[in-house]
Amino acid sequence: MKVRITIMPQAAVLDPAGVATAHALEHLGLHGVSSLRIGKLIELDIEGATEEELHQACRDLLSNPVMEDYCLEVIS
Amino acid sequence: MRCAVLQFPGSNGDIDALEALRSFENVTAELVWHQEKSLDSFEFILLPGGFSYGDYLRCGAIARFSPIMQAVQKAAASGTLILGICNGFQILCEAGLLPGTLIRNRNLLFRCEERLVRVETSDSPFTKKISSGSVLHLPIAHGEGCYFAKEETLQELHDKDQVLLRYATSKGEITKDANPNGSCENIAGICNQKRNVFGLMPHPERACDELLGSTDGRMIFESILDHVHHGAGTSL
Amino acid sequence: MSSLSSSPQLTPSILAEQHGLSSEEYQKILSLLGREPNREEIGVFSVMWSEHCSYKNSRLELKKFPTTGSKVLVKAGEENAGVIDIGDGWAVAFKIESHNHPSAVEPFQGAATGVGGIIRDIFTMGARPVFLLNSLRFGPISGDSLRARDNRQLFSGVVAGIGHYGNSIGVPTIGGEVYFDPSYNGNPLVNAFCLGVLKHEQIARGAAKGIGNPIFYVGAETGRDGLAGAAFASRELTEESKADRPAVQVGDPFREKLLLEACLELLASGCVAGIQDMGAAGLTCSTCETASRGGTGVEIDLDLVPKRSADLTSYELLLSESQERMLVIVHQGEEATVQRIFEKWELPYGLIGRVTDDGKMKVKRGKDLVVDIPARTLADEAPLYQREAATWKAPAPLDLTTVAECDPIIVLHQLLAHPSIASKQWIWRQYDHTVQTGTVVPPGSDAAVFYVREANKFLAATSDCNAIYCSLDPHEGAKIAVAEAARNLACSGAVPIGATDNLNFGNPHKPESFYELRAAVEGISEGCRAFDIPVTGGNVSLYNESQLASIDPTPTVALVGLIEKREQITTQFFKEPGDVIFLLGELGSELGGSHYLLASHGRKEGLPPRVDFEYEKAIHKQLLSLIRAGLVRSAHDCSEGGLAVALAEACFGDSNKAEVKLFGACIDLGKKGIRDDVALFNESQSRIIFSTKAQQVEQVEQELQASGLPFTRLGSVTKETILSIQLDEKEYSWSTEILHQSWFKAIPHLMQA
Repeated sequence: MKVRITIMPQAAVLDPAGVATAHALEHLGLHGVSSLRIGKLIELDIEGATEEELHQACRDLLSNPVMEDYCLEVIS
Repeated sequence: MRCAVLQFPGSNGDIDALEALRSFENVTAELVWHQEKSLDSFEFILLPGGFSYGDYLRCGAIARFSPIMQAVQKAAASGTLILGICNGFQILCEAGLLPGTLIRNRNLLFRCEERLVRVETSDSPFTKKISSGSVLHLPIAHGEGCYFAKEETLQELHDKDQVLLRYATSKGEITKDANPNGSCENIAGICNQKRNVFGLMPHPERACDELLGSTDGRMIFESILDHVHHGAGTSL
Repeated sequence: MSSLSSSPQLTPSILAEQHGLSSEEYQKILSLLGREPNREEIGVFSVMWSEHCSYKNSRLELKKFPTTGSKVLVKAGEENAGVIDIGDGWAVAFKIESHNHPSAVEPFQGAATGVGGIIRDIFTMGARPVFLLNSLRFGPISGDSLRARDNRQLFSGVVAGIGHYGNSIGVPTIGGEVYFDPSYNGNPLVNAFCLGVLKHEQIARGAAKGIGNPIFYVGAETGRDGLAGAAFASRELTEESKADRPAVQVGDPFREKLLLEACLELLASGCVAGIQDMGAAGLTCSTCETASRGGTGVEIDLDLVPKRSADLTSYELLLSESQERMLVIVHQGEEATVQRIFEKWELPYGLIGRVTDDGKMKVKRGKDLVVDIPARTLADEAPLYQREAATWKAPAPLDLTTVAECDPIIVLHQLLAHPSIASKQWIWRQYDHTVQTGTVVPPGSDAAVFYVREANKFLAATSDCNAIYCSLDPHEGAKIAVAEAARNLACSGAVPIGATDNLNFGNPHKPESFYELRAAVEGISEGCRAFDIPVTGGNVSLYNESQLASIDPTPTVALVGLIEKREQITTQFFKEPGDVIFLLGELGSELGGSHYLLASHGRKEGLPPRVDFEYEKAIHKQLLSLIRAGLVRSAHDCSEGGLAVALAEACFGDSNKAEVKLFGACIDLGKKGIRDDVALFNESQSRIIFSTKAQQVEQVEQELQASGLPFTRLGSVTKETILSIQLDEKEYSWSTEILHQSWFKAIPHLMQA
């Protein structure tokens, strides 16, 4: 099973790297950036796990539920 | 020697570098804000350590687009001596003035401690007053100091004698234990092919006063001073 | 004014209760306002009258601290941090503050924002922050249990968070202390200390002065970060609090570095009338405190506040704890200066209001008046409580016959490998401690020493608290915290000039906890009076309880000292073979509360050691006199693990060095007539081991004899890396290389597990 997990900072949580990068884009002349948020993308090949187990792993380890949301997609 | 210490938002070793430079005779040093556009009046340019733009995205990735960097490119092309320390090294790599890149330390942890580095060659404006094979005591303080380059780049660095410093033991041996961050071939500092741009992860500016435990950093600045004042002619 | 009528069930009194205000407090609000408060006002009162902001449960106790002295330029409680004169027109501002609860919820960001907060407290005073210390406590990190794993995660997260913030902003972390004990399971302590340097005339005030002066908001935009965190910090941690936790505060050290430089530049321009950081309860706290201090009022408009998203409600804007923000009041006509400087540093700013003469905190949202409260009532008229204190029951003195005599050979290894005693290099090498090129004595010796180049001053700093002693006898334990901190300074060649403390306790409504708080305050006060050290401020963190239990009382004391001359800077490490080792003080015999009892017998009991301040002071004075006479090559205090641990540590060189030196020592304790384990591992106070050049031994002995203080010539430093101790007829010896391994690798080993 091929799984893709996208982890993003929660909407209300400050993303300092995103803010600084958005400013940098402005300086480069790319105007009109209204939001830029930086997260993580994890690709995982795994056999024999249930989707529920994967969700559990996302909550326990892969994301920090205190400040991040994740989205799990089974690709194949 | 007229020195410029560049100041990016998030630089934090700027004042340290300024003070270290000013501890030498015949040196004037001033801070130059990253929005400036010219460095023509300087004989030596230093990109200090710190966390320019918070080191967000990638270390040095945002700073390389600062207006001052065009002046740095121009100065590099004209042969002016340029030194990048720690974050300054990262910026020089991102700007393409030095080959390779600096990635996260192998053990993923920030490391701050004194380390030993072996001087690989005296044949550079930055090491001309230090005999090749000497071991210097220099502090390191970085989380992303693991030097990485492709095989062919490493080969070229060898062929052109561009590796100036390697992490070593007190006897000058290049060992895995002596390497604090997992750098390829224990590389701690490299120069460009024209030998006027030098980047290193250790902090020579923090080793310029007996009070701080080492004065080995002075030898690097003395080499630079000698080169600027006497030209390339004199060497060890 | 907005009213609560939209929701008929939600009366103001119910809302007040939900905000943690007692019915007594709600009555007080009614009589202060002469009307019912609205939702925003209830929020404002709840944070301003929380323990975190008002110290309502501890303020009456804190009044016991000595706070005055000829060198005190800004007293405790007057401003964000106290300021002490260090001579030649220079001064230092310093303070310690806790971030315990946020660190329990999100260790990395909790610790990082703790560091950011304390740095802001210092540059708000007009001082440039030059170094940090931190005092940390965690549950045990050894073993495979789920709890141990949690503790390791908390520990590594907190250390990484401190490093992340301090390293990035470029303020070196040069010292502190870390202990591990089950009482901190689920409730770690993260106390961060910062010191800044300034000229006398640069002292900035957090007062809203000058009617009509413009009020600027500068720094990061406001978001929903840590909403009502200050109120949150003043409650016990429960499982639910993890779940309904609003947005965690995220620290942005890059923004703070810009804010720091911009504020110092603004202060240097001379246009600032008042400045205050936005910490706990952000906008609310900074506006009413500046007004209260200035004897003025303030009027601000929330529409003008820089925001991360436009849909923030007034309530959220008032209570948000977004980091890296400041409130600046400038003289009229200087608006352009603010604009110039904050645009240069690429920071948001907004002219949000004016200083008024009506003594009120008035907050508008566009045309609507949202808050209208007399500023003083919020900042200075919080109810003060004298809680019930339990009567103290002295623990039973230790019955030595119940303590089996363990083999000292094994015990010394056990002690050195105990995480509370083991090398903390794994921690501090994650902190940049060399930036700012002033760290003369890096972490790892009794006290850190920092050289302030522009002022040409040597500062020493340390933080200490043995919470085992405090749990057994809070009063004596707190006294010892002061004594030990002062002793650490003496060992580095320094004389103390000021103290700051962080009082970490459990729920003050529990009489035992309140007794502990009171006894500790009294103990610290006695200590500071004895040493003539003013307390310049600090922090109180109560409700440090998890579902499991309350923490051991932990009144952390941080002391700052001055060293007269470069030559007098002293470290704990032996310097050269042949040097002669002395013990200044008695051999001691107190085993109660010792780490030996804990590490080798699993017992946390007995009466902790006693300290006699007059005697302690005489010991410090004598040591300093020897140091000033150039007779001391190393000095190290005997603390956890007693004499044997102190000797072993002195044999280990500075582990920040690329090549670590190891020595041995040949020690003869002679005939003592007490048990060997007692002689080697007791933790009696007021003891210092120091070394001296062989040729100076006679002079040292003469001076010590003349002083009348007890001392013993213990032996000498050896090149051979063997620590041998002769006791009665027995000789114990250890390879210092192996001891060093036990000590140095203990924490890295545990953290790899």
